[in-house]
Amino acid sequence: MTDVIAPPGVQEHQELEFPPSTPGGHEPSHGGHEDHGPTGILKWLTSTDHKVIGLSYMITAVVIFYLSGIMALLMRLQLSSPHSSFLSFSQYNALFTMHGSLMLYLFAGPFAFGGLANYIVPLQIGAPDMAFPRLNALSYWLYLTGSITMMMTFFVAGGAAQFGWVAYAPLSSATSSPGAGPDLWIMALALTGFSAIFTGVNLCGTIFYLRAPGMTMFRMPIFTWNMLVTGILILIAFPVLTAALIMLFADRHFGTHIYTAVGCHLVSGAPMASCGSPLLWQNLFWFFGHPEVYILALPFFGIVTEILPVFSRKPVFGYKGMVFATMAIAALSTGVWAHHMFTTGAVLLPFFSFLSLLIAVPTGIKFFNWIGTMWHGQLTFTTPMLFSIGFLFAFLMGGVTGIMLASPPIDFATHDTYFVVAHFHQVLFGTAVFAGFAGLYYWYPKMFGRMLRESLGKWHFWLMFIGFWVTFMPQYVVGLLGMPRRVASYPSNLGWQSYNIVSTVGAFIIGISFAFLLVNFVVSWRKPIPAGNNPWDAQTLEWFTTSPPPHHNYTHLPPIRSERPTWDYNHPDHLTAPHGRNAHTNGNGHGNGKTNGNGKGNGKVTAGV
Amino acid sequence: MKVESLFLLFLGAFFGIVGLVYWFWGYDDGGGVMLLGATLLGFLPGSYYFFWHQRFHGRKYFFWGTVHAPGDRPSDREDAELADGAGTVDSFPGSSIWPFVLGMGAFTVVLSLVFGVWLAFIGVPLILTALTGVTAESRRGGTV
Repeated sequence: MTDVIAPPGVQEHQELEFPPSTPGGHEPSHGGHEDHGPTGILKWLTSTDHKVIGLSYMITAVVIFYLSGIMALLMRLQLSSPHSSFLSFSQYNALFTMHGSLMLYLFAGPFAFGGLANYIVPLQIGAPDMAFPRLNALSYWLYLTGSITMMMTFFVAGGAAQFGWVAYAPLSSATSSPGAGPDLWIMALALTGFSAIFTGVNLCGTIFYLRAPGMTMFRMPIFTWNMLVTGILILIAFPVLTAALIMLFADRHFGTHIYTAVGCHLVSGAPMASCGSPLLWQNLFWFFGHPEVYILALPFFGIVTEILPVFSRKPVFGYKGMVFATMAIAALSTGVWAHHMFTTGAVLLPFFSFLSLLIAVPTGIKFFNWIGTMWHGQLTFTTPMLFSIGFLFAFLMGGVTGIMLASPPIDFATHDTYFVVAHFHQVLFGTAVFAGFAGLYYWYPKMFGRMLRESLGKWHFWLMFIGFWVTFMPQYVVGLLGMPRRVASYPSNLGWQSYNIVSTVGAFIIGISFAFLLVNFVVSWRKPIPAGNNPWDAQTLEWFTTSPPPHHNYTHLPPIRSERPTWDYNHPDHLTAPHGRNAHTNGNGHGNGKTNGNGKGNGKVTAGV
Repeated sequence: MKVESLFLLFLGAFFGIVGLVYWFWGYDDGGGVMLLGATLLGFLPGSYYFFWHQRFHGRKYFFWGTVHAPGDRPSDREDAELADGAGTVDSFPGSSIWPFVLGMGAFTVVLSLVFGVWLAFIGVPLILTALTGVTAESRRGGTV
């Protein structure tokens, strides 16, 4: 254990170096050259540094994303003709189950709150590390072993689980889904569930206790605010999932009948009212499942809210409105779970419909503020900015169809059709993929000290953007025509095939776009373009330190007088008053566009081939 | 601490109100219990932080009694200088093998539920070793 001393204030226009030199007169325990333990593979096994753990999370999550994407392409190939024999029915069932499980449980969430948040949040608030570094490392190992457990399901007798990522009872019972695959699926989620809970605790503790002097709650970057709210949502939702999974496992192996009403009646002789119920699974699962959608969305809202101001050269429009909208979304998201159960006939339709529709209000506030942030800004269309704008279009479409589905009559007509598949993918692809990779392109220079190539990034974006619409818009139509989801074949005389072919073509365009990302990684690694400390002339605190940051993050800190401390330090003639109001300029915060970083940058956006 | 506490108390109050409405409208045991849990999740830490907010401002308990008032933490004050937070932030481990060992132990124990109890004979000792190791590491104050 090492005592970490708070970094001192930076001298006026002091040059920061990497590796940082040890400031005279201080013990070198707040960054510097001290011994930080093992190197090589042992470093990755033993490190408790939030940056190493964050990178581990992100690398694992991106690998899972690619694997899961390949599964999606296989499914699209199967659906390109009505009675394809490319995959067997059971293979198809296993693939859609694993595609959903990997993307939702093991990519989107862990990439955001395990990876990006781990790396960025301590930097944004001026903290030397997460509050509980060893718990943080344990979270990663549970996530990794959970991922391995999930992938193991392909290699056991009986194959992977085939009950969809929601594992509805009684389909998930030992009778309907026997074998080790479903058991491993349950255990994988239990491991990753605990991992998420520990990360949620860590995020909340870090944000509450390790902020730098002057970094008040209402000066935190919106990304950090969103991660705090996500942490709270994790603590509400994930324990319910973990408990539900334990009960499911008990039903499968220990003779309990929590989700099986008939068995309970026969075994115990108790009246039905005190017996288990298959619907109880849905009730518990969706109490986790709907907040989970916002656990997967809020971090990505935060990413976009970081990127839009930087490339509009303005403060965030409506800072406090953004914070309160995030809180409102989180609060409401916990009261809407049963809108996934409208067609069961067992839930309060007006209650859940009203609260679901109400979420459109804070989400609309966010859209208004994002547009307000760009309004009259000096926009530069770098790769992160393009991905962020792509997110706005994609999520808007997914959100609008979400409002439609919150209305029970529409939900009755479209439930379990491709309309819901398209809605769901536009929401989650919009957030986790568009905004997630916006964040990757945006923070990659900070993490590795080198730039990704802009031209390759733009190829990635435009192909993905086109592929996205080509893939999912036909799915709305074919859903309205009545095509059910989770089917490996469909009748050939209903006119569904052409829509499915277009959708398959779109999916492969998306697949090709991600080859550009891999090429970009390789190029940036083999022919690095140094990033400098602040290549985007960004505003928040993480851009003040070196790229990559030293151990324990900061040797010096700038004065924190607004939510844009790095901007304030680099642009003393354009100081920002708290909450986005500009103290000394005409209010829209236009900088001079040239001053860069902490004296080490090259004066402008440097990426490009 | 004020913003933190009000944030959590607001969430607790919201879930409480929604839970009450939901319970008296639908009488759903499952949903009611989960919303009660969410309410407590807001109120318990929210009350704790509110207590400390009050304590920083000289309240001994929530509203009565007085103690020395150190004032808000530097991270809660808009006018705080970096020098106000000078000194040791906290003690952080440089590296530790025990989270990895604990993770592998948990992994093996979980697999034992699927593949057979014999795996637990590997997993449980790993977990116990890791818990002992991490505790000793903290007491000794050094990295392993």
